[in-house]
Amino acid sequence: MSDNDALLIPRLREKALTIRRHIIRMTTKAGSGHPTSSLSAVEVVVALYFGGLLRYRAQEPSWPQRDRFILSKGHAAPLLYAVLAEAGYFPVEQLDTLRQIGSPLEGHPNMRRLPGVEASTGSLGQGLSIGLGHALACRLDGYDSRVYVLLGDGEVNEGQVWEAVMAAVKYRVDNLVAIVDHNGYQQTGPTREVLDLDPLPPKFAAFGWHAEEIDGHDWSAVLRALRSASQRTGQPSVIVARTIKGYPIHQLLAEQNYHGKALTPADAEKALALLSGGS
Amino acid sequence: MKLGKSTREAFGLALAELGARYDDIVVLDADVHNSTRTEYFAQRFPQRFINVGIAESNLVSVASGLAASGKRPWLASFACFVMCNAFDQLRMSVAFPALDVKVVGSHAGISIGEDGPSQMGIEDVALACVLPNFTVVVPADEASTRQAVWALAELRGPAYLRVGRPNVPVVYESEVPLRLGRANCLRDGRDLTIIANGLMVAAALEAAEELARLGVSVRVLDMHTVKPLDHEAVARAARETGRIVVAEEHLKHGGLGSAVAQSVAEQCPVPMRFVALNDTYAESGTPQDLLRKYELTAADIVRAARSLLQT
Ligand SMILES: Cc1ncc(C[n+]2csc(CCOP(=O)(O)OP(=O)(O)O)c2C)c(N)n1
Ligand SMILES: [Mg+2]
Repeated sequence: MSDNDALLIPRLREKALTIRRHIIRMTTKAGSGHPTSSLSAVEVVVALYFGGLLRYRAQEPSWPQRDRFILSKGHAAPLLYAVLAEAGYFPVEQLDTLRQIGSPLEGHPNMRRLPGVEASTGSLGQGLSIGLGHALACRLDGYDSRVYVLLGDGEVNEGQVWEAVMAAVKYRVDNLVAIVDHNGYQQTGPTREVLDLDPLPPKFAAFGWHAEEIDGHDWSAVLRALRSASQRTGQPSVIVARTIKGYPIHQLLAEQNYHGKALTPADAEKALALLSGGS
Repeated sequence: MKLGKSTREAFGLALAELGARYDDIVVLDADVHNSTRTEYFAQRFPQRFINVGIAESNLVSVASGLAASGKRPWLASFACFVMCNAFDQLRMSVAFPALDVKVVGSHAGISIGEDGPSQMGIEDVALACVLPNFTVVVPADEASTRQAVWALAELRGPAYLRVGRPNVPVVYESEVPLRLGRANCLRDGRDLTIIANGLMVAAALEAAEELARLGVSVRVLDMHTVKPLDHEAVARAARETGRIVVAEEHLKHGGLGSAVAQSVAEQCPVPMRFVALNDTYAESGTPQDLLRKYELTAADIVRAARSLLQT
């Protein structure tokens, strides 16, 4: 760990804690949503937005030279919203309006209604292709912008993901970074049982991607992998981030695969207390 | 009527012209550019041409990303493949965010002939029309296809352009400006209106000639834009001629006929007939044999008109 990271990581940890509190509070207030799918990817997204990786201007959301972050697993919208609010795209108070009529914080991200949202997602499988389109456009414009796409480990069941994987190699798109939130579960069970794609890195590598697997809750590993992926030339990169769905409150949850449900107010209280106890 | 180029050929040529005029036009292909004729653009602007392979879902969503980053992508494949294989991508990546992506479906209708039903786009107009934010255009011939390409280039938003494989009769001898959402009245009449698009426009004109010989005065509208529909022209046709025949090379449900019927029902109900593919898939054969067997000829329009005149 560099000296700088010794200072950075505690700050990121603090930010991650804030984001996790937002996720739990907003989904419980809304009474629905996907808190556990949001929680598993917090380190990766916080590292991107607050760890000096993503270049963006919250006051100028369509700044042409910005880096793009695309939430392909759109059901983790609460994570994206919490991060965008903390990054200054809109007031943090707006998080309370999640999923309410009239609010731009819809159940899944809507790029037409909320600044900072780069793609309207929610139908799994399309984000990597969209990211590839952005990456190609940036290259045509001569910008060195980078595009980061967050996918679910269930989402990569979709054939379209692999269409994008192949095309990205053909066009030697090296400003595209995919991150798979490998939390081991999808909607109806463990990925191992629904459609086992483990090990993922060799599958991406076989198509010509640079692939590595990391512990997605280890700040040093996350920062190192994202930095190295962002510097890679000649080929796209994928980071398979091994994570825990619902981290770090997973043990509190009644079911092993707690998917697509908000915590009850009582459970949310417990979860928030557990977070305050330090993670 | 004199035979002109196919509408796919006219599209390909116009797209290359467009590429020379605007450098933010990017063209995407899924391994069929020699069929869709985006090859002309590809030859001139290889840097702005992307062939993603046989992967229509990726084709559509990559175009979405390009549009979101400020490019003006045009993508083309067979009408059946792009509309049917990538419909959710058209919904989520293009229609819902209302991005400026132009979708072109070639080999539309049954007039592709011998390749048969698996390659025929007969559901495409219905699928395109049902998508919010989409403009849907079905040009009749070479000149109007070129006009349609230029008109669509001025439009900032999603659109579907339908083109066909065979050479088609020349409807427009000179380039008449095509205004999106505005029907072209090709012939005026009092007794009945034929509303058509695509290659059925030429058939409609031929039918109008035949009907004139029988003493029936027929108005012919080229309804190149199915969406947004020219409701005014439809209302005028209903009010002024009292009967409407709609002719299209598409399934009867969900295409131009449905759109016009909805408009007529809302504005001024009058008796109607529909010349279209009647809830069936076609088969292999020559284009002429198919059009005859599946009742998409001038004679079929005449028959529909005569049955309407008896009401
Ligand atoms: C195309 C499509 N099919 C089905 C769904 C319904 N769905 C929503 S989340 C989900 C599971 C996703 O699992 P994964 O990608 O592993 O994400 P996680 O919640 O584990 O982060 C499914 C099937 C969807 N949103 N899109
Ligand atoms: Mg998962």
